[in-house]
Amino acid sequence: MFQVASSPHQHIRRTTSSVMQLVIMFALPGLAVQTFFFGWGSIIHLLIASLVAIATEALFLEVRKRPFEPAIKDCSALLTALLLAISIPPLAPWWISAIGAFFAIAIVKQLYGGLGFNLFNPAMAAYVMLLVSFPVQMTSWLPPQSLAEHQITFFDALSVIMTGFSTDGYSLLQLRNGIDGFTMATPLDTIKTDLSLSLTLQESMQKLTFSGASGVGWFWVNLAYLIGGIGLIRMRVISWHIPAGMLLSMGSFALIFYLINPDQYATPWLHWFSGATMLGAFFILTDPVSACTTNKGRIIFGATVGAWVYLIRVFGGYPDAIGFAVVIMNMAVPLIDYYTRPRVYGHQKANRSNK
Amino acid sequence: MSEYKQLSLQGLWKNNPALVQLLGLCPLLAVSGTVINGLGLGLATTLVLIGSNTTVSLVRNWVPNEIRIPIFVMVIAAFVTVVQLTMNAYTYSLYLTLGIFIPLIVTNCAIIGRAEAYASKNPVHFAAFDGLMMGLGFTAVLVLLGGMREILGYGTLFTGADLLLGDWAASLEVTLFETENPFLLAILPPGAFLGMGLIIALKNALNDRVENMLKKPEEEKQVMRARVTGNIN
Repeated sequence: MFQVASSPHQHIRRTTSSVMQLVIMFALPGLAVQTFFFGWGSIIHLLIASLVAIATEALFLEVRKRPFEPAIKDCSALLTALLLAISIPPLAPWWISAIGAFFAIAIVKQLYGGLGFNLFNPAMAAYVMLLVSFPVQMTSWLPPQSLAEHQITFFDALSVIMTGFSTDGYSLLQLRNGIDGFTMATPLDTIKTDLSLSLTLQESMQKLTFSGASGVGWFWVNLAYLIGGIGLIRMRVISWHIPAGMLLSMGSFALIFYLINPDQYATPWLHWFSGATMLGAFFILTDPVSACTTNKGRIIFGATVGAWVYLIRVFGGYPDAIGFAVVIMNMAVPLIDYYTRPRVYGHQKANRSNK
Repeated sequence: MSEYKQLSLQGLWKNNPALVQLLGLCPLLAVSGTVINGLGLGLATTLVLIGSNTTVSLVRNWVPNEIRIPIFVMVIAAFVTVVQLTMNAYTYSLYLTLGIFIPLIVTNCAIIGRAEAYASKNPVHFAAFDGLMMGLGFTAVLVLLGGMREILGYGTLFTGADLLLGDWAASLEVTLFETENPFLLAILPPGAFLGMGLIIALKNALNDRVENMLKKPEEEKQVMRARVTGNIN
């Protein structure tokens, strides 16, 4: 008879599971590019994280005496696992993604009441927890395969993740060497370290990690997520407000500082196509549960996250900051939503009770 | 139920200063990194609570109502100083580990709360017993939280027991597992908040379960026949 559904009231109603599946599908090109440049680690972590996430979800729903079949079929745990697996360094030990996935589902999602009730983005809260708890493992990024001293096969990756050593007996520390024999950091990390050693940005960007205006490999990874994200907007799975707000705010911050002192502050281009910018803007910030729900609120949410990311990247202690920025702004979401309630049709102004 | 039983139940469970009143959270969260730190601070707080409750109760009839708070604070501060100097003399390493949190016992709201709410209105023996039970309730939570954080963070239990209990206690230390990668979250302040939240949730769940068990099954409802019209006789 009458179907009761929450807004938006559209004719074509998507189920949660089809939304989640679309998001996962459009993230796959990015995952593929990441695998091409940084080896099979991300895929292995995706498998571990998915297994743990789904098992945890089933376990907690069983304990809470809720049916777990629909909750598992809606693929939200899988998406959380995917975002987490993409965010952690490819050759981190297996227990990193296992602990992360358990924390994301058990503490951040189920303890708050399950999907739809979680205050924080599960994948990012778990990422922040891991980064704070295990700083060494969570910052051991690999150089792109084209610049690495040792090539990593699938079995190497599996062996490093499970035992800490590759099939040839190399440790993770050795595998992180570039072709010049030095341990290679990510582009953003390289810039941060070099600036603290009073090199200029231009001198820092002479290093092998960079080619042209951004880092080797990282440009392609970000481009793939950008394309996937635009696909999501075209399919109307996400709205353009959050990504646009974030990229514009980050870009304008970067542009202002770049114009003030180009020796110290990187170009907007470098910030857009480094680290997790595009992944964050299109796939992480747009979580329908923990982000703002009004259009104006979405722009504010995106813009403030962009500002946080830029500030932490440039002035903070960490090279990248999508996780921190998202978790910080998740706390402000109820407040933003409260002040950006849209005008009710037929009313002059938004009707506030506290006038 | 006798007053003593009532006081024990209130202090340890029903009105536990840490889990129900949520008082004294600052030291609770800051020094519960290991069992022994928690135990040390818990015992110090208990001593202060007993002392201040007794004294406040003794002088309760002479203290003018208008200036009772400053007087209570001075009483508490005196006892904290005694405990602090005692720890300085006998458990020096633990004194150094706990640092600022020993003098900060003065600001622990649980203590002035008990002085104001109970000790200033009740006879000495009850007040002292209330201080003991409230202190033990606080200590129990500190030890439990300390244990959780120590196991998760370092994989050990009772590290540094010799600092509090004397040299013989060094053999109490138990290593549950060796790890090269300590779980820093458990050791850092956020771990204390998470652990505290979990303990409170557990306590509430236990409470509910016990209450449900004790509740007598409801009597079956007698459905009265509703008479709408006319007389049925």
